[in-house]
Amino acid sequence: MEAAELLEISLRSLWVAGLATLLAAFPAVPLGLWLALKGGGGIFGRILLYAGLALPSVVVGLFFYLLLSRSGPLGSLGLLYTPYAMVLAEAVLAFPLIAAFVLSGARGRVEEVRLLVRSLGGKEGQVLPTLFWESRRTLAAALAAGFGGAISEVGAATLVGGDIRHHTRVLTTAIVVETRKGELESALALGFILLGVALLVTALLVILERE
Amino acid sequence: MSPVLQAQGLVHRYGDFRLEVPHLEVYAGEILAVLGPSGSGKTTLLRLLAGLLSPEEGQVEGGFRAYLPQTPPLLQRSVLENAAFGLWLRGVPRHQALARAFRLLEEVGLEGKARQPAHLLSGGEVVRLALARTLLVEPAALLLDEPTASLDPANTLKVEAMLKEAAEGGRGVILATHDLFQVRRLAHRVVFLFQGQVVEEAPADRFFQSPRDSRSQAFLEGRLLP
Repeated sequence: MEAAELLEISLRSLWVAGLATLLAAFPAVPLGLWLALKGGGGIFGRILLYAGLALPSVVVGLFFYLLLSRSGPLGSLGLLYTPYAMVLAEAVLAFPLIAAFVLSGARGRVEEVRLLVRSLGGKEGQVLPTLFWESRRTLAAALAAGFGGAISEVGAATLVGGDIRHHTRVLTTAIVVETRKGELESALALGFILLGVALLVTALLVILERE
Repeated sequence: MSPVLQAQGLVHRYGDFRLEVPHLEVYAGEILAVLGPSGSGKTTLLRLLAGLLSPEEGQVEGGFRAYLPQTPPLLQRSVLENAAFGLWLRGVPRHQALARAFRLLEEVGLEGKARQPAHLLSGGEVVRLALARTLLVEPAALLLDEPTASLDPANTLKVEAMLKEAAEGGRGVILATHDLFQVRRLAHRVVFLFQGQVVEEAPADRFFQSPRDSRSQAFLEGRLLP
C-alpha cells in the first residue's frame, strides 16, 4: 500500500470517528448530566444505558443498512456506502459510551454542586451548567472513550461503508482486507497507525482537559 | 426593628426524627447561636431556614439568606473564581465579579493566593474563602453550620472577626456550633435544641449564667447525651 493511500485512509478514519464522536456528544453529554441530576435515572435507566455499552456493532450496522438501503425508509438520501453512513452508525455506538462516562463522573459531584449553587441563592436551573463545567475532566475522558469506540469499530463500518477503496475505506476495514489478502506487514503497519491516531487524539483531549 | 429572618411553626420530619421550631427570628446586626448536642437538628434547622429543605409545616420569611455548610464545597477553579461564583450566579459580568471578588480576598488576606487552585488552600483558608464568597452576594441573613469546627485557634479568631464584621454591617447571623467559648465571644442570643425541640431561647449572658431548663444546664456541664 502506498504512503499516499495510507495517509488518505488515516485521515478518513480520523474525520469519520471525530465527527461521529461530536455527533454523539451533543445529546450524550446533556443526557449524562441530566441523569446525574436525577439521581442516576433510576436502576432501569442505568441498565438501559449500560446495556448500550454492549451494543454489538454489527447489529447497529445491520440496522443502518436496512434503514439506508435503497428499499429502506431513508434510502432516498443515498447515504449507504458513504462515509456519512459510517459516521451515523459510529455515533450510535459512541453515544452510550459518552453518556455513561459523563453520568458516572458527574454523579459524585451533583449534591455538592447543587448545595453550592442553592446556598448562594442560585436557581435549580443553574446547577446543570455548573455541573457541566465541574465535570469537564470527565468530559475529556468521555470524549476519548467515545472516539476510541468509534475509531476502533469495524463491523458497522464494513456493513454501511462497504470498504470501498478511495471512498469509504478506513483503518479498521483496511486491516481486515490486508489480513485476508495475506499482507500481514501492511495490516500490522495499519494497526500501529490506528493505535497512534487513537493515542494522539486521547493525548490531545488530556492536554485540553489540563488547560 | 423588623427581623431579617423569621420562621413560624416549622415542622420537619425524617424517619423517627421530628424537628419543631414554633418561632424563631434574627435581627440585623444580631448573632444568634444555635446550640445542642449532635443530632439535635441544628443542621436541619439551618437548611430549612436557608430554603434548602422544605418544611412539612410552617414558613420562613425574610430577605435573602445564604448558607455555609460545615465543609464548604469548592469549585475546581481558582480561589478568585470561587470567590466570584455567587456574583456570576446573579448575572454580574465576569470582569466586575472578579474585581469585586479580588477586593474581598484582599480584605480576608487571600489576595496572594487568588490565582492558585482553590483545592490547594488550607482548612482555615477554605472557610475564609467560602465566607467571603457568601458575603459577596450580600445576604440579609447568614446561616453558618459549625464554620470553625476543624480550625486552629488563629483561624477560628479570623473567621470570628469576619462574622462580627458581617453582623456589624447589618446582617443577621445564625451560627450553629458546639464551641461554647465561641458562643460566649460572639452570640447575642442562644437557641438551645434538644431532640428536635427548642428547649430554651435566651440572651447569651443569661443562658450561660442561669440556664432555666435542666437539659440546657446539663449540656453546659457536659452531662447531656444526644
